[in-house]
Amino acid sequence: MELVALFISAILINNFVLHYFLGICPFLGVSKKIDSAFSMGLAVTFVMTITAVITWVINHWILLPNNLEYLQIVSFILVIASLVQLVEMFIRKVSPPLYQAMGIYLPLITTNCAIMGLALLAALKNYSFVETVVFGVGSGIGFTLAIILMAGIREQLDLSDVPEPLKGAGIALIVAGIMALAFLGFSGMIK
Amino acid sequence: MDVLIPIITMSALGFLFSLGLVFAYKKLRVQEDPRVLLVMEILPQVNCGACGYSGCRTFAEAIVKGDAPANGCPVGGEEVAHQLVKTLGLEAVEVIKKVARVHCRGTTSAAKESGLYRGIFTCYASHLVGGQKQCSYGCLGFGDCVEVCPFDAIYMGEEGLPLVREDKCTGCGKCVDACPRNIIELHNIKQNILIFCRSLDRGPTARKACKNACIACGICVRACPEAIVLENNLAKIVHYKKIPQDKIPDIEKCPTKAIGLIHKEKKKQEDDR
Repeated sequence: MELVALFISAILINNFVLHYFLGICPFLGVSKKIDSAFSMGLAVTFVMTITAVITWVINHWILLPNNLEYLQIVSFILVIASLVQLVEMFIRKVSPPLYQAMGIYLPLITTNCAIMGLALLAALKNYSFVETVVFGVGSGIGFTLAIILMAGIREQLDLSDVPEPLKGAGIALIVAGIMALAFLGFSGMIK
Repeated sequence: MDVLIPIITMSALGFLFSLGLVFAYKKLRVQEDPRVLLVMEILPQVNCGACGYSGCRTFAEAIVKGDAPANGCPVGGEEVAHQLVKTLGLEAVEVIKKVARVHCRGTTSAAKESGLYRGIFTCYASHLVGGQKQCSYGCLGFGDCVEVCPFDAIYMGEEGLPLVREDKCTGCGKCVDACPRNIIELHNIKQNILIFCRSLDRGPTARKACKNACIACGICVRACPEAIVLENNLAKIVHYKKIPQDKIPDIEKCPTKAIGLIHKEKKKQEDDR
């Protein structure tokens, strides 16, 4: 039961984008079309899940027994960077158009603070292995949900009459703010 | 000794991950067509986008795939097209060199101003508020086209009109897009007759705004009816090739000199330089 609660809270309540405000860069950068937003969400979810698993292993098997907690950030970055390289190679091989569509934002998953935040949060909250995996998958789905919602809204925005100075980034930030407000409504659903 | 543990740990982790990546690279490497690189070397590499692709690289990929023609690069012109044909073994293609030409002679002395313009010094900004000249079709003279040219082939002449150095012009079309009044057009370099006006105003209005405007009197049309027509108070060359050379003196009788031989312009430009 607790795992379900953790899963749902990672998706809706403690959503990385709309609650912690992490990973805003790809959230704004790749949310122009629903399908590329969806693939970006999938890529981030994949990297998040694997990162959660590997960082847990590194943290609990290597760092903690040797009192090397201070190496958490460095070693987590190493994990994330390698994983993103892997994902990049994979996407380039499997779907070149997708690779083109994601462009610079794909390697930028490396510096996506949502993923680093996930690894550090899981370590901070002392989650067990299963909890970490659930947390990782949940957060990834949460990110995907947020970016797809955003992309859907922005596709509509393209067709609507936006005041000239707000076009582009301005209205996108306002929309993101209103979405964050809306997601606030979920807090209190689970204690 | 305590110092060694973190060092060893990090090195081991790094080594492990790099091993993983090396393995993944072997499995997932994308084989690139080596011809793309060959083509890239031939192309001018200015990424101007005149070919219709987003840059030289995408154009190279399209050529190798066979989607783009060998003469698709207007900047490289004949030379590049021939090299591409030779390198890739394609069929030979004809290349027409195109250059930008300015369809306006509204010099500072000829075209009257409608008021004092104190806004941002670009044609685009001036055009938004109607322009500072009485003629609402003519060159505004702030040099947006000069600004945008990647080849230094267009410059602002002393008369307040942009002049094209045809030897440097590659026909990329950037100035064509930059001009808010659509005065600049690409023409076959061999075409030597040009209409130096874009005004659609009726004769008297056009004449009042600019001494060199086309007043749609029809002298050129009478000299060569199968090649030149009048359209919306403006002469227009529809079939350049149908203009016989012996009719050119008749065409040049134009009272406002709004149509004429381009080489006279060019000679004037050289004197300016």
